[in-house]
Amino acid sequence: MLYFSKLRIISVIVFTVIFSYFAFSNFVKFDDKFFSKNINLGLDLQGGSYLLLEIDNRPVITQKLQAKIIELKRYFKEKKITLKNFSLKGDTILFETTDNEIENVKNILNDKESDVNTYYPTYKSHEFDVLENGNLFSLNYSRYGLVLLKNSSLDQAIEIVRRRVDEVGTNEPNILKRGNDRILVELPGLDDPNRIKSLLGKTANLTFQFISQNNEESFGTEKLSFEDGSRDAIVSKRIILSGDNLVDAKPTMNSQTNETVVSFSLDRVGAKKFGKATSTGVGKQLAIVLDGKIISAPSVREPIIGGSGQISGDFTFQSATDLALLLRSGALPAPLNIIEERTVGPDLGQDSIDAGILSLFIGFLLVILFMIYKYRAFGLIANLALVSNLFLLIGILTLFEATLTLPGIAGIILTVGMAVDANVLIFERIKEETKNEKNPIIAFDAGYTKSRTTILDANITTLIAAFILFFMGSGPVKGFSVTLGVGILTTLFSVYFIARLLTSLYVVKNKDKEQLL
Amino acid sequence: MRNISFNKFYRKFNILSLVLIVISLVFLIFKGLNYGVDFKGGTLIELRTSDKTNNISLIRDSFNQMNLGDVSVKKFGNETDFIVKFEKQNSNDPEFIKNIQNKLSSSIGDVDFRRVENVGPKVSSELLKSGIIAISLSLAAMLLYIWIRFEWQFSLGAILAIFHDVIITLGIFSIFSLEINLSIVAAVLTIVGYSMNDTVVIFDRVRENLRKFSDIKIFDLTNISINETLSRTIITSVTTLLALLSIYLFGGEILKGFSLAMILGVIFGTYSSIYIANPILVALNVSQRTIVKEEKD
Repeated sequence: MLYFSKLRIISVIVFTVIFSYFAFSNFVKFDDKFFSKNINLGLDLQGGSYLLLEIDNRPVITQKLQAKIIELKRYFKEKKITLKNFSLKGDTILFETTDNEIENVKNILNDKESDVNTYYPTYKSHEFDVLENGNLFSLNYSRYGLVLLKNSSLDQAIEIVRRRVDEVGTNEPNILKRGNDRILVELPGLDDPNRIKSLLGKTANLTFQFISQNNEESFGTEKLSFEDGSRDAIVSKRIILSGDNLVDAKPTMNSQTNETVVSFSLDRVGAKKFGKATSTGVGKQLAIVLDGKIISAPSVREPIIGGSGQISGDFTFQSATDLALLLRSGALPAPLNIIEERTVGPDLGQDSIDAGILSLFIGFLLVILFMIYKYRAFGLIANLALVSNLFLLIGILTLFEATLTLPGIAGIILTVGMAVDANVLIFERIKEETKNEKNPIIAFDAGYTKSRTTILDANITTLIAAFILFFMGSGPVKGFSVTLGVGILTTLFSVYFIARLLTSLYVVKNKDKEQLL
Repeated sequence: MRNISFNKFYRKFNILSLVLIVISLVFLIFKGLNYGVDFKGGTLIELRTSDKTNNISLIRDSFNQMNLGDVSVKKFGNETDFIVKFEKQNSNDPEFIKNIQNKLSSSIGDVDFRRVENVGPKVSSELLKSGIIAISLSLAAMLLYIWIRFEWQFSLGAILAIFHDVIITLGIFSIFSLEINLSIVAAVLTIVGYSMNDTVVIFDRVRENLRKFSDIKIFDLTNISINETLSRTIITSVTTLLALLSIYLFGGEILKGFSLAMILGVIFGTYSSIYIANPILVALNVSQRTIVKEEKD
């Protein structure tokens, strides 16, 4: 166990030097192209916000089901098949057919080429599960139909969230899918998450609807309240124009009234629709509705045909900017709820870094002093192994651009404390061996050999704990498992290559001395 | 090598452990654990006031006026730093935290929210579930590993030792109402690993000695093995404790609970390797035949 070939000595040295260089590049800026990676600091250390958003798909599902009813009606009408008594009960579409059409309807709905109930060969499932009871049919989203719906609404939502976050302009936001109805947003360095939170909390569904004068609208009416809560108005359900047709929006100053407004421009289709509606509706009040609340309801004085307009309301410059931003980035397919938020201010992050480094330094020093006190020359060897262990650990974390969190720093300190264990096991074993074996080289060799299985056993148990923590833990705790797990690997390397190399050099040189250890 | 008769006290310490476990279980069952917002849901705010005359009761009063459910206020390190926890968390109102900060500033002067954690009920129950799964999974993995490496008598000893450490550590957290959060789960998992590590080292020696000496009874054999590995046990525990103590004292308030759990775990883990794991080998009457028979199979 004590023999090292030249090649091996050189590779150990090269390996250690390279990783120490990686480690140091975090603290000293070497100006080179060779290596430019850094350890990422977790949100708990650099400050920032972690937001977990959950999409509320219920409105989307209802919307899709309603659209489906219309589609079914139209489709079967074309086929000259009578369906009647359509209704939506919970998430189930119900309808009836005549007795002699039952088979026909069933075949259409369960056909793999069906136009109204798409079949997904990869999932071996239709979009809807069809049940029939006599002439009563009920349609429910199948498991995969629901998964696909949720996925597509999540993809859409992520896109919108990304646009909104980018518009605010934070540095390196991290936006990730979590499961099929959650979005994780990490915003490093963000001091005040309130603005982003309120931007992400809005669906931003913009519609233009006429305020109805009489209650005899063909599309039906709904009662909506004004944004400021002052009053209600009866609004026609007919949507003149929606936010989808907007191509741009920005806050501007209206020079006549001297108030802040949001001016918008429309795409071609939107401009045409808007022009047509405003020319027939001169004199009517047009309600501008955002997420079910009326922002304002100006009277149409003349047809607006240019494809641009203004939204007034009691805006401050900030709220006009935010509304413009929301309109530019588009509406979310469904409302998002913030179900978890963790925000750390930048000064607390810095305090944590300082405390972490201080405790690492002190813990390291205490362990080093204790080892020298216990083992003298061999304590020094163990300490050299410990120092290189620390460099290797930080070097590897840098190489993989791992995220260092406060618990991660604790993991490094803990590694320092536990890393000496392997060397202690070896040294204690050597001590025992020297009692019966006068030749130090043989005794040292035996010490290394006989302690090996124990060391492996002991480290594998900790590695198991680290592994499980890595797969089950989240955020900062995951950082702990990474440093703990990588720390075990670097410990084994530093003990079996670095410390053993130094020990063998020392023993061969001093083999004639009495009582080496 | 020292020669301390650890085995003379097997019975006494076993009774002590049993008493500690019973007390811990009674507390865990009847008083329960003090879950933090990670597992209970709610809001945590670490705040720093600009006015040094602000005290806990003043801050609590201001929060109580805001109708946020059960409010708890604690000092956190500096005299201007406080941790406030309350039940309410409002995911549908993005202005929730901002409003609290505004109200607070008007009643007690400028406050800086250094840290905000807001966990909804769904997330907290998921976190609790995954925490419990993680700990159970790690126990199962340890059991499996040691079952492969050793005979079943040893596995039983090691697993009981781990249970002992985890139950007593959690018991102490329950008795003193210390907060259980995500980092405590990490600490418990590390304790499991450490306790196992410590036990395995002694067991490896016991097994080696079982092969070497056929005429020594397991009662004395465990004692020899404990003594032979004693200096390693002490040195490793000391260095680990030195590192942990450094985290506890200098690592900042956030790591206090984590390092305390670890310190307790290391102390009980070291103790249990000697006084739980080994007496079980004695009770199961492990002999040379136990391992020879296994090895023949």
